[in-house]
Amino acid sequence: MSDRITVAKTYKLYIGGKFPRSESGRSYPVTDAKGTFLANAAQGSRKDARDAVSAARKAFAGWSGTTAYNRGQVLYRVAEVLEGRREQFIAEVATSEGVPAKKAQSLVDTAIDRWVWYAGWTDKIAAVLGSSNPVAGPYFSFSTPEPTGVVAVLAPQQSSLLGLISVIAPVIASGNTCVVITSQDRPLPAITLSEVLATSDVPGGVVNIITGRTAEIAPWLASHGDVNALDLTGAPESIRADLERSAAGTVKRVLRNKQNEDFAATPDMSRLRAYLETKTVWHPMGV
Amino acid sequence: MWEYAPAPESRDIANLKPNYRMFVDGKFVEGSGEPLKTINPATEEVLAEVSTASESDVDSAVKAARRAYDRVWSKMPGSERAKYIYRIARQIQERGRELAVLESLDNGKPIKESRDVDVPTAASHFFYHAGWADKLGYAGHGPDPKPLGVAGQVIPWNFPLLMAAWKIAPALACGNTVVLKPAETTPLTALVLADIIQQCDLPPGVVNIIPGAGDVGAALVGHTDVNKVAFTGSTDVGKVIQGQLAGTSKKLTLELGGKAANIVFDDAPLDQAVEGIVNGIFFNQGHVCCAGSRLLVQESIADELIEKLHARVSTLRVGDPLDKNTDVGAINSREQLTKIKELTESGEAEGATRWTSECSLPDKGFFFAPTVFSGVSQAMRIAREEIFGPVLSVLTFRTPEEAVAKANNTPYGLSAGVWTDKGSRILWMAQRLRAGVVWSNTFNRFDPTAPFGGYQESGFGREGGRTGLEAYLDV
Repeated sequence: MSDRITVAKTYKLYIGGKFPRSESGRSYPVTDAKGTFLANAAQGSRKDARDAVSAARKAFAGWSGTTAYNRGQVLYRVAEVLEGRREQFIAEVATSEGVPAKKAQSLVDTAIDRWVWYAGWTDKIAAVLGSSNPVAGPYFSFSTPEPTGVVAVLAPQQSSLLGLISVIAPVIASGNTCVVITSQDRPLPAITLSEVLATSDVPGGVVNIITGRTAEIAPWLASHGDVNALDLTGAPESIRADLERSAAGTVKRVLRNKQNEDFAATPDMSRLRAYLETKTVWHPMGV
Repeated sequence: MWEYAPAPESRDIANLKPNYRMFVDGKFVEGSGEPLKTINPATEEVLAEVSTASESDVDSAVKAARRAYDRVWSKMPGSERAKYIYRIARQIQERGRELAVLESLDNGKPIKESRDVDVPTAASHFFYHAGWADKLGYAGHGPDPKPLGVAGQVIPWNFPLLMAAWKIAPALACGNTVVLKPAETTPLTALVLADIIQQCDLPPGVVNIIPGAGDVGAALVGHTDVNKVAFTGSTDVGKVIQGQLAGTSKKLTLELGGKAANIVFDDAPLDQAVEGIVNGIFFNQGHVCCAGSRLLVQESIADELIEKLHARVSTLRVGDPLDKNTDVGAINSREQLTKIKELTESGEAEGATRWTSECSLPDKGFFFAPTVFSGVSQAMRIAREEIFGPVLSVLTFRTPEEAVAKANNTPYGLSAGVWTDKGSRILWMAQRLRAGVVWSNTFNRFDPTAPFGGYQESGFGREGGRTGLEAYLDV
């Protein structure tokens, strides 16, 4: 046994490609499933959320403007870097979720494969969801899916990595950017994921990660005028309806997730579709 | 005009070996066919000796592919197949420079094309299809489409690595195993691809690569345990294969010749059109099945356009394929050079006006100076037959209807180009052109997401996109 004292990590927020502390100066203790102290996480505030939305908006033009092929390669790169951190994630998921190592291993492996699955979608979404429309007239009409913009994601409270990846990857695969409120009590794998994103050619601001109290921050995002869509997955039951009502103020697209969503199962396209607009173009045909 | 200093890419990067062997069941093995010597068409020197397959080697390759299909590949979840295919894409990117130099040595194409087109597009085909492997249910061919089995694939010499990628990537993504025969004159990059596949740890037998001449291709295509045949090459051979497969249950796709019309209207941006015409016919020495080999120009701008075209083509640099400044490299073989010469002579004999660039040509190797024929009529052989070389035939038209009629006056139907400022006319033309790909105000664009393939005698089946998966699925 070594007597060496390990260097403990400071877990911070991830906003605009940087790792700031909460502007509020607050933090909260994070424990493992048995209640043993693990680390302090930043307790994000309304101001942090607004900073994150502005970073996400700033990143949107660039990210949505990349070719689908390029986005696919960047996302695949994330999977490569995730694979390199596999052991770290297994340890963090095991302590965060209180599951045996073997179960944690399977959750992490599925999470990496899930990321690969979404990476492969970037240049196929338009072919599957788009169309050429046989309109009754001398026009060429076609419809293509486009990303809606900035998506506020309330990450699942239980599944700290697989669930988190299952809600982030479909948002950014199609070119959206996002602000994610992590699992309140299990936020540490999310911060480690942000370190992966920061070193995988994902431009700063495409994914912004905030730890803290979901019920405190979510209402600010739901009513924020520059947020285009809201994923309710990790919202506490007691405020879901209120969040939807706030979202109606700027006609946000709201994803009401399925009850007890099984993140281990192969997903369908619903999370991709949730954040897409359809644009139809008409052009006359004639000499 | 100023002189360019030579800017040659180093041939050492190609890691050329004196001997290459065929790849069967995960191993490089000696074939029992007569070994072939592959040459550098720019110098006529022998690059390497390559072992070839005999009929019994074809049989063992198909058997290996069948075993791999039955025992491993058809049972593997798509998400696992995907990760193998992603590995291949990444390794092609990593070894891109080596592959580009080797391709230019063996094929004769300019390094700027192998470096900027062939190799990156080959990688992107694997990358794209990797993503389909676990999403086949979304491709529009039914909820759970099944693979066909063993695919026998025969590819041409004009884009050796890229054609291998076009064939292998969708086959693997859909769950098939592969026996591929590269062209006799350009086997090297396919065998480096085999090396990559071995390094990617693909299960033995999933991909087998057997060099050889036409007889090997015929044995592969005719093998009773092959379920799917994919051929890219000449229309003559394509017809033979289609006939050979008649009465069998083998699924067939053919990507054959072309005689594409590149149509320029009087309102087209002329300088941009000239660049597109040059790219359309002189890209890859004109060894392109979808090359814009028939230029149809609206009569009112014909003289002006031809003058601009001559001026631009005069600046094309023909020579050492490894020189980064080279625009037009070597003709792939003596046989092809002879064919190009014969057809251009027929153009002169039939009364067309020949203009040939006065560029200097190297003393050794197979080279042909860029040539433009004007005053071409539809009956001439140079307007009807695929030359597959740096030779452009210019015809004129007066009305859009005439342009359509002339463009469609061919047994082929692979591609077409339209140059005009008017969007509605582009779409009107596109609707009427009997061709599988129509490029508007651009030419020779390829992307794994965009289906490619021909009408009529240019073949059937598509490669790329959602549509392209159908060729490798039992649907």
